[in-house]
Amino acid sequence: MESQVDELEAARESVGMPQLDFSTFPNQIFWLVVALVAIYLLLSRVALPRIGAVLAERRGAITNDIARAEMLKQQAEEAEAAYQKALTDARAEASRIIDKTKVDMQEQLDIALQKADAEIAARAAESERRLAEIRDSAAAAVEEVARDTAREVVSALGAKADGRSINAAVTAQLKGGAA
Amino acid sequence: MEGDIVTMGAYLGAGLACLGMGGAAIGVGHVAGNYLAGALRNPSAAPGQTAFLFIGIAFAEALGIFSFLVALLLMFAV
Amino acid sequence: MDQFIVTPLFGDDAVHWYTPTNVTLWMALTVFAVAGLLIYTTRGRAIVPSRGQSMAELSYGFIYKMVEDVAGRDAVRFFPYIMTLFMFILFANLLGLIPWAFTTTSHIAVTAVMALAVFLTVTLLGFILHGAGFLRLFWISSAPLPLRPVLALIEVISYFVRPVSHSIRLAGAMMAGHAVAKVFAGFAGALGVGAVIPIVAVTALYGLELLVAVIQAYVFTILTCVYLKDALHPHH
Repeated sequence: MESQVDELEAARESVGMPQLDFSTFPNQIFWLVVALVAIYLLLSRVALPRIGAVLAERRGAITNDIARAEMLKQQAEEAEAAYQKALTDARAEASRIIDKTKVDMQEQLDIALQKADAEIAARAAESERRLAEIRDSAAAAVEEVARDTAREVVSALGAKADGRSINAAVTAQLKGGAA
Repeated sequence: MEGDIVTMGAYLGAGLACLGMGGAAIGVGHVAGNYLAGALRNPSAAPGQTAFLFIGIAFAEALGIFSFLVALLLMFAV
Repeated sequence: MDQFIVTPLFGDDAVHWYTPTNVTLWMALTVFAVAGLLIYTTRGRAIVPSRGQSMAELSYGFIYKMVEDVAGRDAVRFFPYIMTLFMFILFANLLGLIPWAFTTTSHIAVTAVMALAVFLTVTLLGFILHGAGFLRLFWISSAPLPLRPVLALIEVISYFVRPVSHSIRLAGAMMAGHAVAKVFAGFAGALGVGAVIPIVAVTALYGLELLVAVIQAYVFTILTCVYLKDALHPHH
């Protein structure tokens, strides 16, 4: 304890607080100013512009990358839109073709039906005409036969009858019968 | 044990000056504690106020350092 | 207290203002350390930074943001000065923690020169930018009129105490940390085998000192920014 106190005492006597030893102040201040000026020059001339440039460059690069990604995304979206449009167009085209084909087929069908109808009608008319012919000829034949028969019957009965009155009578009889 | 009454007074004074550091400790604790309480109440505002935390701590601590300085002066420079 | 003594590097002469001393040596090392962090690591100017470069960029961004946030956007032109102060104090503090090192920032002479430089710069800048209007810094117009003279007196006193507290805070913190470490180390020497406790204490104290070294550099810088803000915008 005693020796420690002595030591402290000695330190007090000889040095005091080194911080308050004014004889070293000019030295410290001089070297401090030198150091600060050196650091200031190094920082302001070399370090800070360089770091600032690097940071700005990085920010620029990041902004660029984001912009490029944005652009690519937009392109992809555009491509997708174009694809969708093409798809829609193709669908529309297909349905249009289908509709057109349907209409064409309907038309052709109608024409064919009409043609068939006309042919059928023509043939029916022809058949009817021939039927009428046959019927007419049959009627004529019946008239002839009836006239001949009537003449024979009249002559057989001995009566004298001119052909004209017989014809008229037969015709009237036939017409009345037919009616 | 040797020494004169001036030395004794200087050492006693140095020891008493150190009590001031306790005050600085209370001050620093107060600043930091209040900051923490405020930060827990509103955590989103906390990061913007750390600068004021350090300024407050610095001011509180400076007074403790003054008392330490007084102690040193009494010990070595009286 | 031996660790704080200024001694000539060569010979045993008296310390003149130009004498190369341990102050010179450690300040030179500080300059080299700053150059190593901010210049050597960034030599690649890489877009994707290396570890050293990203540390340099972090410290750049940290101080830049501090200046911008605390002192305002128009204080950015003082950024190189503030960066210089921060880097010098930070590395002087950290290098001082190396065993047998000399801590330049533990000397009142060093910190007082820096604090006075800040004080004079800020005061002159305030008067140059605002003329007599700078004095409104002390006239708090939001306070009741009868209180204003009292407050003005307090403000003036606190304004002139600024460089004192600014310098003594840094020097005192550095000195105190080293002195306490020395005291604990002295206990270890006295205790011999039972020195485990002081050694643990010194180790813990060393961690605390690392923290203090960084925080004091930060505090010195941020207070510089606060004072600078007063000079640029003296209206409360």
